[in-house]
Amino acid sequence: MMEAILFYILASVAVIAALLVITRANPISSALMLVVCFLASAGIFAMLGATFLAVLQVLLYAGAIMVLFVFVIMLIQTDPKDLKKRQMTFGKLLGAAAAVYLAIVLGIAVWRPPFIAAPQAGEAFLTPSTIGHQLLTTYVLPFEILSVLLLIAIIGAVVLAKKKI
Amino acid sequence: MIPFIVIAALKVVFIFGVILSLVPVLIWMERKGAAYIQDRRGPNRASILGIRMGGVIHSLADALKLFTKEEIAASSVSKPIFYIAPMIAFFVAIVIVGVVPFAEPVAIAGYEFTLQIADLNAGLIYVFAMSSIGVYALLMAGWSAAGKYSMLGALRAAAQMISYEVALGLSVVAIFLLSGSLRLQDIVFDQGALVWHWNAVRQPLAFVLFIAALFAETNRLPFDLPEGESELVAGYHTEYSSMRFALFFMGEYTHIAVGSLIIATLFFGGWQFPFIDASIIRENINNIIIFGWPVAGIMALIFGWWLTTKFRRRYKDLRDFEPLVWGVPIMLFAVLLFISWAGLISRGYLDSIPAEVGDIAVFLIQMGTLLAKAIFFCAVFIWVRWTLPRFRYDQLMNLGWKVMVPLGVANVAATAAVMAFY
Repeated sequence: MMEAILFYILASVAVIAALLVITRANPISSALMLVVCFLASAGIFAMLGATFLAVLQVLLYAGAIMVLFVFVIMLIQTDPKDLKKRQMTFGKLLGAAAAVYLAIVLGIAVWRPPFIAAPQAGEAFLTPSTIGHQLLTTYVLPFEILSVLLLIAIIGAVVLAKKKI
Repeated sequence: MIPFIVIAALKVVFIFGVILSLVPVLIWMERKGAAYIQDRRGPNRASILGIRMGGVIHSLADALKLFTKEEIAASSVSKPIFYIAPMIAFFVAIVIVGVVPFAEPVAIAGYEFTLQIADLNAGLIYVFAMSSIGVYALLMAGWSAAGKYSMLGALRAAAQMISYEVALGLSVVAIFLLSGSLRLQDIVFDQGALVWHWNAVRQPLAFVLFIAALFAETNRLPFDLPEGESELVAGYHTEYSSMRFALFFMGEYTHIAVGSLIIATLFFGGWQFPFIDASIIRENINNIIIFGWPVAGIMALIFGWWLTTKFRRRYKDLRDFEPLVWGVPIMLFAVLLFISWAGLISRGYLDSIPAEVGDIAVFLIQMGTLLAKAIFFCAVFIWVRWTLPRFRYDQLMNLGWKVMVPLGVANVAATAAVMAFY
């Protein structure tokens, strides 16, 4: 009972925050709402017993990545009034099509019974040491490819930022 | 049976109460420390009926002033963000204490009881996660106030805290390697009671890196560029007044107190009493109480006598009697201790002390040990603040990225190599 109440509170916070992200005119408010959304989803992770994952979600997404977003938005200092009037573009059409597709997929998923309770996080994902073990044995290839991907992103940022290397 | 949730709530209230009551004491320590380092007397004027407590009453006066002050917000501020920011600043400072273990688990009346609010598997990562949320408080405060000084302070704070979080995280990885766990209770058990097994001795480089990064995280001198009063007035909290300012102020001191608790837990054996294991205290609880009781009495007597000798007719008003107001009750308390001790001995109550008393004594001693260590590190924070000058911004970034991060990586690599080969 308690769990259900907590879940609905966290889930509604996450959904409302996500909606506010795309409806706020002020980019700072949007970014802060995204942080709230991340925190709520971290709460849901914690409820499923995956405290380590929840804490990492807060540390990495809310605490590191979004801080940089907010930081950059503050540096750019766009006045909400200066933002372009909304207009129809190809990108928006594409986005709308994707949204409709997502809604259809979600609709099918929701209408198709039966619902099953979300399983508690497995033993393999509970403690840092088991997660680390999994990462360096079973999932070592995706893990290494991801690190190369991040390296490419870093090099790309340096190339874009520096005129002369 | 008392339900689990009641015990949890009591723990929360008790631990947060301890931390909150540390704040005015820390403010007093800061002022007195600053004064003595600068060869002054420090705060000694505020008094209640002549009782000054060496200046502690000034903290009370400040709190009253801040509570009753008018709240001012410029018309250009972004209201909700401006109002939420100080709450976040204080909140993240105080929730970190939730994973700090204050004593080892004890079984009292069938309860397995630990004075720790949440025993998380990812204990230390939780500390970092919460303190990384703290950046938002500064960013939101600085941005929403819509002032140049606030904005610059917020940007500096964010850049500084992100940079030093990396060094902070790297410095403790070596500790994880040694103890094989992220749970703070495990880390404390791993260190044991012997001082040369404490992490400060086993990992001196990690300790230096951690304490330097913690100074940066708490925005204290020599890393207080976000406030930099000679350049930015007061940085991100320039536009705040009354209790909203007080929340930032209390947040800073709470952060110091909690940071000191974390240092003590990670590097100085947490609640472990130096050299004396808890089992030794449990076994000898009879002797400790029989001899400790009168020793406490003698110490109280000497302290009370010393206070009463300070009595002089200097101001010709109530303030003259302060030494007597403290000294005489302390001496009476000492006499009470002697009488009760003699009474208990003669009736034979102290011959067979139940095991629970030993458990409770161990519990209190461990909590006192941790708090004593924490207060020592608070004193270090204050000492450093009034001794070192402020960094320049490029020096700050160079130190963070070019010195501390490489040293942290080297320390982790060296520790891992040693552990792998021995």
